[in-house]
Amino acid sequence: MLTPHITQILESARTDGWVLEPLAKKILADRNLAVPGSVLTDSKDTATKFLADCGGPVVLKAVSPLIVHKTDHRAVVTHVQDPDTLAVQMARLLSLKGCDQVLVEEMVSGIEVLVGAKNDLQFGPVVVLGLGGTSVEIYNDTAIRLAPVTPSDVTSMVKALKAGPILEGFRGKPGVNMAALTRMLVDFSHLVMDLEPFFESMDLNPVMCDSDRCVVADARIILLPES
Amino acid sequence: MDLTCLFRPSSMAVIGVSTTHDHHPANVIYNKNHLRYPVQTFAVNPKGGRLNREPVYRSVAQIETDVDLAVIAVRSRFVPDVVAQCIEKGVKGAVIISGGFAETGDKNLQKQITDLAAQADFPFVGPNCLGIYSPEAVDTFFLPGERIIHPKKGNIGFVSQSGGVLVDQMVKFAGQGIGVSAAVSIGNKACIRETHMIDWFEKDVGTRVIAFYIEGFERREGREFIKRTQTCTKPIVVLKAGKTARGIAAASSHTASVAGDYRVFSEIMAQHCVAEADTEYELTSFCEALSCYPKGSSGHIGIVSLSGGHGVVAADACGHHGLDIPEITGQTADAIHSRLSPEIQAIASLKNPLDLTGSCVDDDILTAVRHLSRDPHIDCILALLLPYSPGISADIGAKLSQVARNEGKPLIAYVPKEDKYKIIIEGFELNRIPVASSVEGAVLMAKALKRCHPC
Repeated sequence: MLTPHITQILESARTDGWVLEPLAKKILADRNLAVPGSVLTDSKDTATKFLADCGGPVVLKAVSPLIVHKTDHRAVVTHVQDPDTLAVQMARLLSLKGCDQVLVEEMVSGIEVLVGAKNDLQFGPVVVLGLGGTSVEIYNDTAIRLAPVTPSDVTSMVKALKAGPILEGFRGKPGVNMAALTRMLVDFSHLVMDLEPFFESMDLNPVMCDSDRCVVADARIILLPES
Repeated sequence: MDLTCLFRPSSMAVIGVSTTHDHHPANVIYNKNHLRYPVQTFAVNPKGGRLNREPVYRSVAQIETDVDLAVIAVRSRFVPDVVAQCIEKGVKGAVIISGGFAETGDKNLQKQITDLAAQADFPFVGPNCLGIYSPEAVDTFFLPGERIIHPKKGNIGFVSQSGGVLVDQMVKFAGQGIGVSAAVSIGNKACIRETHMIDWFEKDVGTRVIAFYIEGFERREGREFIKRTQTCTKPIVVLKAGKTARGIAAASSHTASVAGDYRVFSEIMAQHCVAEADTEYELTSFCEALSCYPKGSSGHIGIVSLSGGHGVVAADACGHHGLDIPEITGQTADAIHSRLSPEIQAIASLKNPLDLTGSCVDDDILTAVRHLSRDPHIDCILALLLPYSPGISADIGAKLSQVARNEGKPLIAYVPKEDKYKIIIEGFELNRIPVASSVEGAVLMAKALKRCHPC
């Protein structure tokens, strides 16, 4: 069941056609999917304080209803370590079209995984797993299952990927925490069932997975056109 | 919904026969059922008269006895009235052959008959379909009996959205000696849909495999289909048409662009252990294999041949279709070797695929299959038989079937499909061991078992 708060987020996003990243992550966090610590702000001081508090590098992302594919607009800045760079990049991002606030997030690392969903006309919600990043369409190495999925479905999805060995650990490199990935996909698949009346497709891309955890680094929910 | 009235009617009315036009579809249907099927058949046309010296009733209401099935072949605009008359008369169900409904854009007319039928709990197949071929019971196809090739009565239930594909597939089934329990063209599927057919064939004791030709599902219908497959105890095979990408223009998410209609269909079928055939040929092979072995296998294949070449061809095809050819244990190889005829002991190759050479005799093949069946690495056996080999007897089919039945692992045979080898083929088939007419076909049968493991 969706909480009234989430239903309200979805209803208010209908006019834009998609849910902005900070709100999409609120929806995910509400269902216990891990998201990075963050602050949404237009203030350089708030952002600087967040950088100091979290101690590590941060990522800056322009939040704009006019920018769906952030990479295409250079709307993401990674590895921001010092307050000077942060100030310069904050100012640049705030000048992009429709950008009133910047999402400042802890930077997470790991293997980039795509966790997605599509509201299929014939079958209703389906979930997708693949290696993530911006090259998903090029390699098209993905597995699709009817939602909701079971843990054994997730195992078969990993096995079905050409890149499966990368997730399982390959040539001495550690794989991902399979229990965390499984839990995320199962929880996500139940969420998409609840979201069926609202969404057209969803990308959690990338989800950063390492041997400890899986964290949703970016999320986008495309909504069904208003009927 | 009880569909006995459609598949095993005692009486039927063919509505829309012509007294002037012998080749009218309704006349073809009337004639073949009247003359060749154990169903009391009545001709109906509002003008009345006589057809082949039999009375033509002016309406279904005038038929004195109960009517199980109405075959409706009148112009589309008259169909709602005719359906209403059938319901009024107490007819139990209908096949609506007539076209001119949703397929030509007239959704209203179709809705009229759907609503009428739903209110009266009146099942019907169609409209815009060939309807039902139920061997030895009824045949509503408007194709003259002497022109179409009917498969014998058998255990495959086949359902198709396309009448043309249905008839074509029946020819292929007949060619491979596969029989059908019923073949149904559901056309616009305004009432009876794939899901109803799963329910019917699940209960039908004569059906062992349910096969579908599917062009597409309506909104969320695929999910309902999958739900039914999960409670069905019989293997289900699908052949999908319309595989090319469409409707993904300018997708706004990565997921939408990689998850095209066909990939979603195909992966969901595999997820739920529905065997998807890639071609009509595969569909035929899958049906035959699964009708013999509904339980399936894990795809670890042992191959026995009389020629090294056949073994290699089969091994290549297995690799292509994702089947594994594991090494057999030393114990298995020793057990076989010690029992082989002295003439071939030195020349037979006992690595999988096994080559017993053209000098082997029946007992060598029986030994090889028996001990391969006992090897823990093997869960399905292909026996590639070349009957022109002098040591092979006409009894090899029956004898090998007996071994397979005793050992309990799936055996699939390849025997060239020639009249002179018929006794061998029947030796297998009468003992429900599937026989392929090509090496590739035998491998496809093994693939079917792997794809349907949990059934």
